[in-house]
Amino acid sequence: MDILLQQIINGLTTGSVYAVVALGYTMVYGVIQLINFAHGEVVMIGAMVAFAVIAALAGSALPPAVIVLAGVLAAVPACMLLGYGLERIAYRPLRHAPRLAPLITAIGMSIILQHLALLVWGRNPIAFPQLIENPSYGIGGAAISGVQIAIIAISLLMMGGLSWLVYRTRFGIAIRATAENVHVASLMGVNADRVIAATFVIGAALGAMAGVMYGSYYGIAHYTMGFVLGLKAFSAAVLGGIGNIPGAMVGGLLLGLVEALGTGYIGDYTDLCRWPGAAEGGWMGERCADGAHFVLFGSNYQDVFAFLMLILVLVLRPSGLLGERVSERA
Amino acid sequence: MTNVLLEARGIGKRFGGVLALKDVSLTIRCGEIYGLIGPNGAGKTTLFNVFTGLYPRDGGEVEFAGKPLQLDSPHRVAAAGIARTFQNIRLFGNMTARENVMVGRHVRTRAGVFGAILRSRAEREEEAAIRRRADELLHYVGIADRADDLARNLAYGDQRRLEIARALATEPQLLALDEPAAGMNATETAALRELIEGLRRDGVTVLLIEHDVKLVMGLCNRVAVLDHGEKIAEDVPEVVRANPKVIEAYLGTSAH
Amino acid sequence: MGWSVKHKLGLVAVAVALIALPFVLAMAGTAWVRITNFAVLFILLSLGLNIVVGFAGLLDLGYVAFFAVGAYVYALLASPHFGLHLPFWVILPIGALVAGLAGAVLGAPTLRLRGDYLAIVTLGFGEIVRIFMNNLSAPLNITNGPKGINLIDPFRIGDFSFATTAGALSGPIKYYYFLLIVLLAVIVINRRLQDSRIGRAWVAIREDEVAAKAAGIDTRNIKLLAFAMGASFGGIAGGMFAAIQGFVSPESFILNESIMILAMVVLGGMGNIWGVIAGALLLSFMPELLRYTVEPAQKALFGRMLVDPEVLRMLIFGFALVLTMRFRPAGLWPETRHRRELDADRK
Repeated sequence: MDILLQQIINGLTTGSVYAVVALGYTMVYGVIQLINFAHGEVVMIGAMVAFAVIAALAGSALPPAVIVLAGVLAAVPACMLLGYGLERIAYRPLRHAPRLAPLITAIGMSIILQHLALLVWGRNPIAFPQLIENPSYGIGGAAISGVQIAIIAISLLMMGGLSWLVYRTRFGIAIRATAENVHVASLMGVNADRVIAATFVIGAALGAMAGVMYGSYYGIAHYTMGFVLGLKAFSAAVLGGIGNIPGAMVGGLLLGLVEALGTGYIGDYTDLCRWPGAAEGGWMGERCADGAHFVLFGSNYQDVFAFLMLILVLVLRPSGLLGERVSERA
Repeated sequence: MTNVLLEARGIGKRFGGVLALKDVSLTIRCGEIYGLIGPNGAGKTTLFNVFTGLYPRDGGEVEFAGKPLQLDSPHRVAAAGIARTFQNIRLFGNMTARENVMVGRHVRTRAGVFGAILRSRAEREEEAAIRRRADELLHYVGIADRADDLARNLAYGDQRRLEIARALATEPQLLALDEPAAGMNATETAALRELIEGLRRDGVTVLLIEHDVKLVMGLCNRVAVLDHGEKIAEDVPEVVRANPKVIEAYLGTSAH
Repeated sequence: MGWSVKHKLGLVAVAVALIALPFVLAMAGTAWVRITNFAVLFILLSLGLNIVVGFAGLLDLGYVAFFAVGAYVYALLASPHFGLHLPFWVILPIGALVAGLAGAVLGAPTLRLRGDYLAIVTLGFGEIVRIFMNNLSAPLNITNGPKGINLIDPFRIGDFSFATTAGALSGPIKYYYFLLIVLLAVIVINRRLQDSRIGRAWVAIREDEVAAKAAGIDTRNIKLLAFAMGASFGGIAGGMFAAIQGFVSPESFILNESIMILAMVVLGGMGNIWGVIAGALLLSFMPELLRYTVEPAQKALFGRMLVDPEVLRMLIFGFALVLTMRFRPAGLWPETRHRRELDADRK
């Protein structure tokens, strides 16, 4: 099996989910410069709602495709409503408060949503029932599953759709104008409140889809899944340039690849017994006898890559790959 | 000939594709009030922000008090002896007026964390001196009675004065005022004018950006005019007033 | 100092009450002394976080990571795990230093950027520290993984151990007095910092960073100072936690703990020392409060527990953050600036 190709396929799969989640962060940041910490939880609730519906219908006579579709059709509106509610109830009243206030509210909302989900769905993960066969196709010595193909295809479709909305429609102009300058946009007749609410709703809809995809990929949905997924997606948004829509897509895919390749190879490269001159009477001595390993960092450090990437970007190029240099307005 | 305090040569600044400042050179002499005027969007505040280290410049040199001025960070500019106020007043709203001025002493004092924790003798003396100086400055700008009020609760004119007091606390050789009369009524403007004249008497050099042309012409020793990011005139007020380019710049903009 | 007689009497009364408190609590059970000790520990943590969030206005969402660093430094240097048994007065400063250093390393790249980046980087750092605590058990066993480190030395001065009972002085009571002294010192340090050149610079940055720069403050260094100081306070508290508990494991240092400390600071009133103390007391006694009210109430009403008290606790923290920001941004006990000025005049 070709490990490199396999990791690239896996990385593109998770990366496209990161990209879709990152869009939610970056759109909101673009218009109101807020890190919406609760976005990860919106993604989680999307997955939970969909999986609950799918699990409930799993025993029925409905065809599997209909059941999955029902799950998605329940999750997306639920999350859109949640996104709208968040903006309306939690963030809008604080729009003119000091910067710390909405940020603290966002982390508070994240905790509330996470624990409400725990109350509703319990501590145990909801498993994706065995409904549909997940065929596997071989390409060039690696395997790609039907779910992976679906995830990548649906993500690309949604990214394309969002790009069309933002760059090709009147409403997109309103979003970009608001992101540029809320006051000027308002003077030009843009209803800034509506635009801001819309970015939350669109971001939440994308997030719901991402949640369902992420859950299907790993086979489970759990009330804590939003936290790390959210952190990674935000890192992806920063990597691409926060506030920049194509940047979020590029950042997400890139982060997925880095994470998959890093996780795939870190064990080999930090195995001291495979370092030159270490084994066979080398400086590692007996510890490497009989093909033993001495792995400093194994694949259980998977979640560290996104963070290292985030720090690296902040040190080397805080504006991100596609972002413009931002200077503080005086 | 009077000493040159600040000499700027060929300052340029670009925002994306827009050239906000084009090769601006000017000379400010010790002890004068130097006015900077120009139509809206002429680049006055941008030049100000470049001089005070808030914006990185895209070319040009600034020499201040005989030495090249490091423009890479505002606090170094403040340490070098240039203090500023902001067009849209920026005070520390939840600190008292006195504390606002005390913050201005930061750059001229040195107590660190350990001094503060141990309350050493040197630290206590320095703290008392900071406080004394802050009270003097509040008195100087005429708001001594508001020392214990939160900055955000002060009247508009008093906030302007407080901002000047905070700037003076850094012991500037050059005080840069960004539209200090903006939003003031006639009485407040007159009082402000007196305050600025007092500063000149006390030997502070002032760089004044102002929209109120009458105030500038009456107050300044010399005036420079910016238009579309370029300096189109620099001289004593009477000469500048008669300059056809200046008249055109002003009429040109007021015509739309 | 011109303290009035009334003031002096009040002070003496408070001192007597604080000294007598553990004996009164011990009558209800030693568990109550332990609970109080942990409450004091959380006050210490909140005061440390208050420097970062309250004074300097920097949102640190992974504060518990520095607490963890301090706890593990103590555990590694005073337990059979490595066979090291350094005395606590050596380890606590080391823990503070290591935690402060970690704060500086983390803050240096972040603090020159907009404040929000710090929030996300600290959030991530909390997660990273947890991953390392869990996994640094192989190939070299440094942290002992999820099992944690056991048999940690208590504080000892010569033959005097804080863990054993001597007459009426039980172990927890001894720690109580130790914590009380540390708390007093920390309060004094905080008060002095607040009324100093550095403290004013912190608040100035919180209020308006651009104006603070223009007024001559090297905002990056001053922010870094706040961040590293807050972290080192967390490190000291962590060392004491390890000694009192005798055991550390990664699960004591999860995100929820960071959120709880943040809720204490926010609820009490950011930047307000006495408010933060009150907030920390309220929230750290809350689990006991819930145990005696909500749990029996649920059982009586529904015959079983509908809402797990731990979940309820986290929901309360979440709502405390959101509702405080919305309705009382200065906290439940806002600081009256006027009174502070009067205090300053009296000195």
